Amino acid sequence: MAPAMIPSLRARDYLSDVKPIWCPGCGHFGVLSALTKALAYLERPKHEIAVISGIGCSSRVPAYLNCYGFHGLHGRALPLATGLKAARPDLTVIATGGDGDGFSIGGNHFLHACRRDIDLCYIVMDNAVYGMTKGQASPTTPPDWTQSALTPHGTGIPAFRPAAIALASGASFIARGFSADPHGLSELIARAILHPGFAFVHVLSPCRTYRPDDQSSWKQAVHPFGEHILSTAETAVDTPPGASTSTKLHVQDDGLGLGVLHEVARSQASTSATAGANPDRQAALDAIEAELEA
Amino acid sequence: MIWQNDNQQSITVAVSGSGGSGALTAGFILLAAAQRCGRYGLMMRSAGPQVRGGESVAILRIGPSTVTNIGDRVDLLAALDWRNIERFQDELALDANSLVLHDNAAGAVPSGIAASGAEQRPIDFGRRAAEHNGGRANMIAVGVLGGEMGLPLQALLDATDAVLGKKAPAAVDAAKACIATGHGGTTAGQTEREPSTAPAAAKRWRLSGNAAAGLGALRAEVGFIAAYPITPASEMLEWLAPRLERAGGTLLQAEDELAAVNMLIGASFGGVPAVTATSGPGLSLMTEGIGLAVASETPILVVDVARGGPSTGLPTKSEQADLNQALYGLHGDAPHLVLAPLDVGDCAFTVEWGSRLAERLQTAAILLSDQALGQTHAVIDPPPRCPPVLGRKGVSATSAQALTDNAIDSATDRAIDSAKPANAFARYAPSADGISPMPSPGIPGFEYTADGLAHNAQGTPSSSASDHREQLSKLMHKLTAHDYGDAWARIDRGQLADEPADSMISLLTWGSSWGAVQEATTRLREQGAQVQSIGLRLLAPLQHDQLSRAIAGTQVLVVEINATGQLFRYLNAERVLPPSARSFARPGPLPLRPAEVIAQLRLQRPQPDADENQAGGGDEHAGESLQAADVGGGY
Ligand SMILES: Cc1ncc(C[n+]2csc(CCOP(=O)(O)OP(=O)(O)O)c2C)c(N)n1
Ligand code: SF4
Ligand SMILES: [Mg+2]
Repeated sequence: MAPAMIPSLRARDYLSDVKPIWCPGCGHFGVLSALTKALAYLERPKHEIAVISGIGCSSRVPAYLNCYGFHGLHGRALPLATGLKAARPDLTVIATGGDGDGFSIGGNHFLHACRRDIDLCYIVMDNAVYGMTKGQASPTTPPDWTQSALTPHGTGIPAFRPAAIALASGASFIARGFSADPHGLSELIARAILHPGFAFVHVLSPCRTYRPDDQSSWKQAVHPFGEHILSTAETAVDTPPGASTSTKLHVQDDGLGLGVLHEVARSQASTSATAGANPDRQAALDAIEAELEA
Repeated sequence: MIWQNDNQQSITVAVSGSGGSGALTAGFILLAAAQRCGRYGLMMRSAGPQVRGGESVAILRIGPSTVTNIGDRVDLLAALDWRNIERFQDELALDANSLVLHDNAAGAVPSGIAASGAEQRPIDFGRRAAEHNGGRANMIAVGVLGGEMGLPLQALLDATDAVLGKKAPAAVDAAKACIATGHGGTTAGQTEREPSTAPAAAKRWRLSGNAAAGLGALRAEVGFIAAYPITPASEMLEWLAPRLERAGGTLLQAEDELAAVNMLIGASFGGVPAVTATSGPGLSLMTEGIGLAVASETPILVVDVARGGPSTGLPTKSEQADLNQALYGLHGDAPHLVLAPLDVGDCAFTVEWGSRLAERLQTAAILLSDQALGQTHAVIDPPPRCPPVLGRKGVSATSAQALTDNAIDSATDRAIDSAKPANAFARYAPSADGISPMPSPGIPGFEYTADGLAHNAQGTPSSSASDHREQLSKLMHKLTAHDYGDAWARIDRGQLADEPADSMISLLTWGSSWGAVQEATTRLREQGAQVQSIGLRLLAPLQHDQLSRAIAGTQVLVVEINATGQLFRYLNAERVLPPSARSFARPGPLPLRPAEVIAQLRLQRPQPDADENQAGGGDEHAGESLQAADVGGGY
């Protein structure tokens, strides 16, 4: 499609007329808004974008956009997006979801999408809770959170650290944004879409309904990445001597630093796939069949 | 009971040996030689539990016409050594008419083998191989067996080049020298067992069922494969990897089967036909994704090369025990396609057909191959292409204008409501045939969100009862309204008149059991019985009316390799079988033999005069034997 023929769109032109089911004040509204801003800024035609999600409040995003989209299975947004991008490299493929979807049930896919470094933008709206199923602990929930009936004594296990894990798994772009800062977030999302590799955008997106107390403080606590570091007591891993800057920052990250956390050239160009383009498929098939006579 | 291979003019030989003895290589050369002199053949292999290099046995059957199964017994065994031979005793099926060639240097013939009563003939494979620099005992065996089978030396030598082509020239030369030595010592051309030698009239292919399945995917213009390794399905994926690259397509190794099936859905949503292969454990992991493909109407094909179950089960051996899962494994009402190939070559036909049907009907297809098809190598006539199936119903790719023009590319499509704004394209609009046009991303004006949540015609999540009813009936209707033509089954009616007669027996089966059932049919006819065989290729949706017609008025025996009579129960649930229908169901992993089917029929069938008596209560004794051999009681 010739982009020149498509009039440039405003952010709201990317919204469908489906009304979000989200609770008033849900952080995911800000993420939706930032995403449409980024798409408008990049002037991506709607039909060349596919937004893929799993299941959760955060995974409802595709239906609220009028791009192509797929609202798939809980935890499986990344493989679906990976298959689409591998088969259709011409498309801009964006995966969206939540912390439960991406780090718990879909955790294995997260590791391997980082490793594979296929050109995807993955936006995770982290509210440190399972919103949609009404407030259970997620992998990013602090160990002492006791508000869920399932874990009345807290989970007792350390929270998952998505950015550090993405780095360790080979993601070539890692950013963190805040849903209450749609401007800054839209810029991060735009950079992630432009990044030619797996670009992970970790978004702090408060759940107004199930984490009202803990997450209202985020507004004051967030800071540009690198300004604050964890106190030694909270640091899970000692910084190894001679570690790269990005490694140091990740092992000392307090989870509230915003900005681009890590950006390197893509590790490999799609080497995980065997891919061929053949204009004369029939001739290839004939040759393959002839080999069966030998 | 072992029955002799009668009247088939075929010979079944086996080569066995411990790790590194090259028993399988010997089998491959014999099969390739058969291909080179106008024979047909089939080679099954069985291996011990070792990951690499354990004992193994190749069982080959060669004949002048299409060989569909391994036969009832082994005519000739060449034992390179005896280590762990007891593991294969059941597969080997030796009897007093068999001949065992063995090397005295490898020790005495084990009691289990000797007990078969087979004639024993010592041949010093090892010493004769040692006469050649780099010579190996398995190649002496190839020469000896080739001679006994009536295969000309030249065919064996040419086959050696084809099979060992990648080895060092010195190794190939040594192999050929040994084969010539072994062949020279036989009475080639004069043995009683020699099948008629017809020169290769037409091109003949040599391939495994897994390769044929891969070929079917290429024929179906599949452009995306996601792969997670599992025995015995990996070879289909490995066969495809380099060839899909040549033909034009993308293969991704997935991190697990959950990923693999969702990758297929993503690629297919992108407009690219997609296939994967797995086995039972992987199918279990994929079932949630298969349900998503059904609900979101995204075409995919999943090939299950079944192994014995349950759980990790029997990875290297066969069973037809995944039928229930393929039919009923998805949650909710999830109408989908289930198909099964009937022989090695039919894997190509059925995979192509299954993929094209999935594309046309925008649904998931599960194809049930199994280890007995997938890992069996055969010399066959090139399998036919599947019948033509219309492609995916798309939309005009010109522009959003297409919406207001109703310029949908198929005349059968219901016009799309032109008043709808572009952002409410009715992706799931009901239509006469239940199939809605499916645009691929990249086409302006047709943007939509596919959904596994219950949705309305626009794809917007909806929990309304009427939307659920409308969409569910669309999912069901598109599968049942489709005309599947004649390919739903293979029916061998022999010389019989058009309408089945009362006294006729119908042997009804599916998948890999077809070969033995069909041979049983032929033999029974030669004995004067009126028999037809029916092999179901399309298991869901069941072609109820055609099947009813095909078996009307006949005595039906349903044959399958699983312990619980899964097909028999399914057909009964569908109320397609007459009350007198019987089941012969036994677990794997041993391949079905024609004689077993014949024996079952004798056991289960009422005596001829009992047939007449049936209306009056029937023969008491016959009735009892029918009961005893009911579901699960056949083994
Ligand atoms: C296989 C499966 N298991 C469980 C569920 C139930 N489920 C739906 S959403 C969800 C958690 C969502 O949490 P998250 O991804 O953090 O999204 P949020 O709602 O917080 O935005 C769960 C467990 C499901 N839909 N599918
Ligand atoms: S439950 Fe929480 S995450 Fe879900 S919509 Fe409400 S506020 Fe948002
Ligand atoms: Mg959450």
